[in-house]
Amino acid sequence: MSDPSLAVPDVASVPAPGSLRRLLRNPLGVAAIGWLALVLVSALLASWLSPYDPDEPAARDILAGPGSAHLLGADGSGRDILSRLLHASQISVAGAALTLLVAAVIGIGAGLLAGYYGGWTETAGTWVASLIMALPGIVALLAVRAVVGPSLWTTMAIFGVLLSPAFYRVVHAAVSGVRNELYVDAARVSGLSDPRIIGRHVLTVVRAPAIILAAGVGSAAIALQSGITFLGLGDPSVPTWGGMLNDAFANIYTAPVALAWPSLAIGVTCVALTLLSNALRDALERTAEPAPTRHDADDEHAAPPAPSGGEALLEVRDLVVAYRRPDGSARRVVDEVSLSVREGEVHGLVGESGSGKTQTAFSILRLLPAGARTSGSIVFDGTELTGLPAKRLTRLRGDAIAYIPQEPMSNLDPSFTVGSQLVEPIRTHRGYGRAQARARALELLDRVGIPDPERTFRAYPHEISGGMAQRVLIAGAVACEPKLLIADEPTTALDVTVQAEVLDLLRDLRDDLGMGVLLVTHDFGVVADLCDRVSVMRHGRVVETGPVDALFAAPQHPYTRALFDAVIATGEPAGSPQDGADA
Amino acid sequence: MYRFIARRLGSGVVLIAALATLTFFLLYLGAGDRIARQLLGEDADDAAVRAKEHELGLDRPIWTQFGHWASGAVHGDLGTSWFNGQDVRTAILSRLSVTVTLVIGSTLLTVVLATVLGVVAATRGGWVDRVVQFLGVLGHAVPNFLISLGLVTLFAISLHWFRPTGYVRFADSPQLWLSSITLPVLALTINGVSGVVQQVRGSVLDELGRDYVRTLRSRGLPESRVVYRHVLRNAAGPALSFLGVQVVGLLGGAVIIEQVFAIPGLGQVAVTATGQGDIPLVMGLVVVSAVLVVLVNLLVDLVQGWLNPKVRLG
Repeated sequence: MSDPSLAVPDVASVPAPGSLRRLLRNPLGVAAIGWLALVLVSALLASWLSPYDPDEPAARDILAGPGSAHLLGADGSGRDILSRLLHASQISVAGAALTLLVAAVIGIGAGLLAGYYGGWTETAGTWVASLIMALPGIVALLAVRAVVGPSLWTTMAIFGVLLSPAFYRVVHAAVSGVRNELYVDAARVSGLSDPRIIGRHVLTVVRAPAIILAAGVGSAAIALQSGITFLGLGDPSVPTWGGMLNDAFANIYTAPVALAWPSLAIGVTCVALTLLSNALRDALERTAEPAPTRHDADDEHAAPPAPSGGEALLEVRDLVVAYRRPDGSARRVVDEVSLSVREGEVHGLVGESGSGKTQTAFSILRLLPAGARTSGSIVFDGTELTGLPAKRLTRLRGDAIAYIPQEPMSNLDPSFTVGSQLVEPIRTHRGYGRAQARARALELLDRVGIPDPERTFRAYPHEISGGMAQRVLIAGAVACEPKLLIADEPTTALDVTVQAEVLDLLRDLRDDLGMGVLLVTHDFGVVADLCDRVSVMRHGRVVETGPVDALFAAPQHPYTRALFDAVIATGEPAGSPQDGADA
Repeated sequence: MYRFIARRLGSGVVLIAALATLTFFLLYLGAGDRIARQLLGEDADDAAVRAKEHELGLDRPIWTQFGHWASGAVHGDLGTSWFNGQDVRTAILSRLSVTVTLVIGSTLLTVVLATVLGVVAATRGGWVDRVVQFLGVLGHAVPNFLISLGLVTLFAISLHWFRPTGYVRFADSPQLWLSSITLPVLALTINGVSGVVQQVRGSVLDELGRDYVRTLRSRGLPESRVVYRHVLRNAAGPALSFLGVQVVGLLGGAVIIEQVFAIPGLGQVAVTATGQGDIPLVMGLVVVSAVLVVLVNLLVDLVQGWLNPKVRLG
């Protein structure tokens, strides 16, 4: 059964017109539907299809094997297995339908009320749901069975009550998600009654998750019904798959084949319902999970060793970064970019959101997201990085080439202390002992201007401020005195006053360590403050590059001029800081 | 941290009390006057039925009955069986260890296997991932008693590797004990792993996409360290919550599986008591199950707190 808590309420999960077609394109989904249709047909036509009376024992046929008299053999009382199987499918289908109906009516009804009105209905509903879910379903059912007797229908109805929290939770989450959406507010303001709003606007949100869940609940219902009857707690006068299994299990040594038929009926039906639920999820929600691939971007081809460019620390030539579109074509987000960074030089990489500047920075570190394909040449300190074995590149990262991210809080591991995150790379690269690495980390925290290094060392990321976190990340980046520092919008997420301090710190560190810096930014103020040279990127290409003074004095490219104008007009740089996300 | 534990424990006790109260009224009101007749047999005369009801205390007002039961229960006295007069607590405790052994064994195996498979599926991708996902769906969908029957048929009856049914106590023969619980534990584990592995895979994929992972990689940490030390620890939270749900499921699964393997655990008591309408015993089983569930959830919360510094403060 699918776990209801995993379902994400999402307006986009409203069934789209093409969802049926998508469902029918999924081979597993089609196979599942086919089997379920078969079960349904045999349930409806059982009386006509059955060769024998399912309840009529024949002494001479006891445990008869499959053959011409009995296609699938006969059971321990000499009853025809095929006929019983067909008749039992009626019970299974009707029982599952009853469970589903009860669970859906109670769960969806309560979920709508609690989600739409909130308040005490919400508190009560959620509490009752957790109460019901606090017992293993089978224990609760056995308890009920003790007082109501062996009626299968009562059992299935009660099971519906026990499963209703699954519907409740999904519906409640979906509805409370849209409760305050604008279109629901608008409907309320325009005087529509609550039932009509629920009917028209809210139910559409609930439809897809409820359908998906229904298939899973059906599977659970069949499994449980079979389980109860297999335990011998069902009504012995009705043929059921579980009851047949019980009979076959009793004769497992003499007629093991008889075990196969009810097992197949139960197993395949449960699997079919689960597969149908998964196929429905794919078809209705269209949120195909990202397929995991190796994180290292594939190098399309390793460039020939480039002639070392003399004094340049980093020499990027004709770098291309491309992603495959769903239709198979490639989209270039970085297109033949070339740039160089000298020792001790700060090279600014500017451009609006989506211009490819962050992608360029990540490809130097080989930290592009899965699915990226790169080509071109990246020579660092005389070493060609493209095609370098992953092990050797890992050794360079954090040691000779370091990285400062944009958003400080999300770039620290929330589960480890600041100190342990600083110490770990130092020990990896320098082979220091615990105490030595700790001393180095404290020294670094002091160097980046953290007032109480001991305290910050022991703190968890959520216990320090954003500005502090960025200082910690800078400390981590320069821990091994790198030759090249790649900083991706290092001040964007910070307060203005903190920004200036961090820029000062970066300048100091550059002077102290003589690092080359590749500074990704959209902020011309930062460029003017810190950079020696600058490259302007647009649509994945470098449109202009040169010394900062010259570029500011006389921008050549119309795009550069437009960027300047935008800064002057609004006082704000063009583009958002979210370069990496959508590039 | 202590306040956190105390609060969780408090809400657990409230939950058990509420569940016990609800179940009591459902069972005792639902039983009505049918029960005494059922115990005596259909042809018992009315006078005998009245006498039996008086003996069991069923002729008293329901509130009096509940007060009597509850005051006993808080002192650990769960009453006596209507069927054979045995003390309910003794009857349950003598079987509890077998079921708990099954559940703990399969939980430990589930944790190890689901973690390894989930991480491998998430990091390797490709066909490994697809195979793990498909087996996950399959193992989750097929009811556990079917899996048990398959295991018995294959390993016990066809291959004779294990004894098909029966239980040997550890004290009697550790070797036979291991042999007798291997198949049941395996059957429960297949169900457990199938559910949890999908959760682990999803959580690991989520974490792999986070910013801090990129930063850790940029620091030159080996990939294995990034995945097994950092990603796994952060991915453990959601996976653990799901494991808690799954352990409750394993407890329910054990009830059915014990029947297949003829293991004298809580499941056997439950099925017998249910068939006989032995309400005090059923009542005791519900309470004990609820206590186990609360304990499992408390344990999950403790591990969460240990793994995640934010939960610890909360």
